[in-house]
Amino acid sequence: MSTDATAPVLPTAAEHHAPTPEVTSDPHPQAEVVFDVQGLNVYYGGFKAVRDVDLHIHRNEITAFIGPSGCGKSTVLRCFDRMNDLIESARVEGKVLYHGVDLYDSRVDPVEVRKRIGMVFQKPNPFPKSIYDNVAFGPRLNGNKQNLDDAVEKALRGAALWDEVKDRLRKSAMGLSGGQQQRLCIARAIAVDPEVVLMDEPCSALDPIATARIEDLMQEIKSLYTIIIVTHNMQQAARVSDRTAFFTTEVNPESDSRTGLLVEYDRTDKMFSAPADERTENYVTGRFG
Amino acid sequence: MSEPSVVDESHRLLLEATTSRGRRVRNKLATVWMVGALVVALIPLAWVVGYVLIKGISSLDAAWFTEELTATTRRAGGGMGPAIVGTLVITAGATIMAVPLGILGAIYLNEYGGNGVLARVIRFMSDVMTGVPSIVMGLFIYTVYTVNFGQNGFGGSLALACLMLPIVIRSTEEMLKLVPDELRQGSYALGNRKWRTIISVVLPAAFGGIMSGVMLAIARAAGETAPLIFTIGAARAFNANLFEGQMTALSTQIFSNARVPFPAAQDRAWGAALTLVAIVFLFTVAARIVSARVARRHNA
Repeated sequence: MSTDATAPVLPTAAEHHAPTPEVTSDPHPQAEVVFDVQGLNVYYGGFKAVRDVDLHIHRNEITAFIGPSGCGKSTVLRCFDRMNDLIESARVEGKVLYHGVDLYDSRVDPVEVRKRIGMVFQKPNPFPKSIYDNVAFGPRLNGNKQNLDDAVEKALRGAALWDEVKDRLRKSAMGLSGGQQQRLCIARAIAVDPEVVLMDEPCSALDPIATARIEDLMQEIKSLYTIIIVTHNMQQAARVSDRTAFFTTEVNPESDSRTGLLVEYDRTDKMFSAPADERTENYVTGRFG
Repeated sequence: MSEPSVVDESHRLLLEATTSRGRRVRNKLATVWMVGALVVALIPLAWVVGYVLIKGISSLDAAWFTEELTATTRRAGGGMGPAIVGTLVITAGATIMAVPLGILGAIYLNEYGGNGVLARVIRFMSDVMTGVPSIVMGLFIYTVYTVNFGQNGFGGSLALACLMLPIVIRSTEEMLKLVPDELRQGSYALGNRKWRTIISVVLPAAFGGIMSGVMLAIARAAGETAPLIFTIGAARAFNANLFEGQMTALSTQIFSNARVPFPAAQDRAWGAALTLVAIVFLFTVAARIVSARVARRHNA
């Protein structure tokens, strides 16, 4: 058995940001596959939270996960950066291939996964530190000590926050408004130049104006990052995403618990205008959920 | 008299509902009661501090801090220098042992142990330890340390450290519990490892609270008398060496001077009490300033 030769090697950020040959003129047809999910089941203890998820996530697209509460969309999202590992009882079956490397291979270090795949949470969670230290947190972790100022400025500009905070970088991040805090969290995530940014209902704690700013921002940065967003807001999915995955729940007859499953996954315009599955149609037309 | 209009009527009802007499009276009563309780609680505190200040201030001159103790407590004169040095050195020794150990223990309990058997046992034991009378702690150190190594300052430090440890553990754990899990998640999501998350995110976020708990423990230890009586012996001369020779401390000096019927000794006890209160006060203020500085850096 040759272990080293077959050991999975996670691609570096630099490889990901190499220019892609096919450019924006026709973003749709054959975008590169970043994640290939095969037969994913997630359990919490003996409880099966999600079953049989198969989907592809395409590069430089925004993919939205929608569905009713408890359908497992956040659970699936957290498989992409192995955040489910932090829940002791969680167990994952199946494959999450990231450029061909199974993230759940026993030899893959979840910390290395999270360095490449950023995450933005439902509630803005800036560290109780200065704005500067929040954004510099990731670069410092990776040992990037030079040009820290440039990296911070670049990330804050990327998150459309620079002009609002450039005069108070040393002030606490806790003094920012909710929308600004969330954009700071996006800046913090993109400061390490990840390939993918996962967003778990990033606007659910924000007012409509702040939500619109985050949605604009997603459009601006999608040429640089692959974005997966969980949202309970169908209009948001329709507005921002290129592809939409609809999850729902089914009641397990023997235990009365609910298991989430992927119903349909397609281009967003098709999902909202001509869904193939009746359950999707019921959901997007507001007849259910 | 004309009939009141509907608007007038609803206006009247609204005013009645919000400012009804009974409501206002109850509100006043509750306010008076709370302010009264606060005042009653403050009276003994102010009394103690004021009394100690009045009775003790006359003893505090230059010689008080620089001279050795008199040979007998009956005579006036001498100073409290060796006891001040003793209190500072013994408490510092206890702090150096108990605080790092206590904080590490709390980190284990809150960040690693969770609700496991070991964590539950440690938590229970430290609760029990908090309730152990200080004299018992002194006896314990007396039998395991002093009997073997003789009376010296380090024995006192050990006894005080045993008293401080559970306070530091439990107060630090409570503070770590208050750090929102979202912060840890945010750190993990950036590819930060657990130990580094604790050092770079969790501890700084809890710093102010941890500091308060540590100061509480130090203040408690600095005033302890019983554990020192067995362990440090008695000395009249300066001795700043924790590991060699007997020592004395402010708390034991208060005890030995206050229990004898001579005016000079009783004045000396008041002076020692004031010195001890002043030392604890100064350290608490210093700790406040440090935590405020750190807090400003993090939450300005």
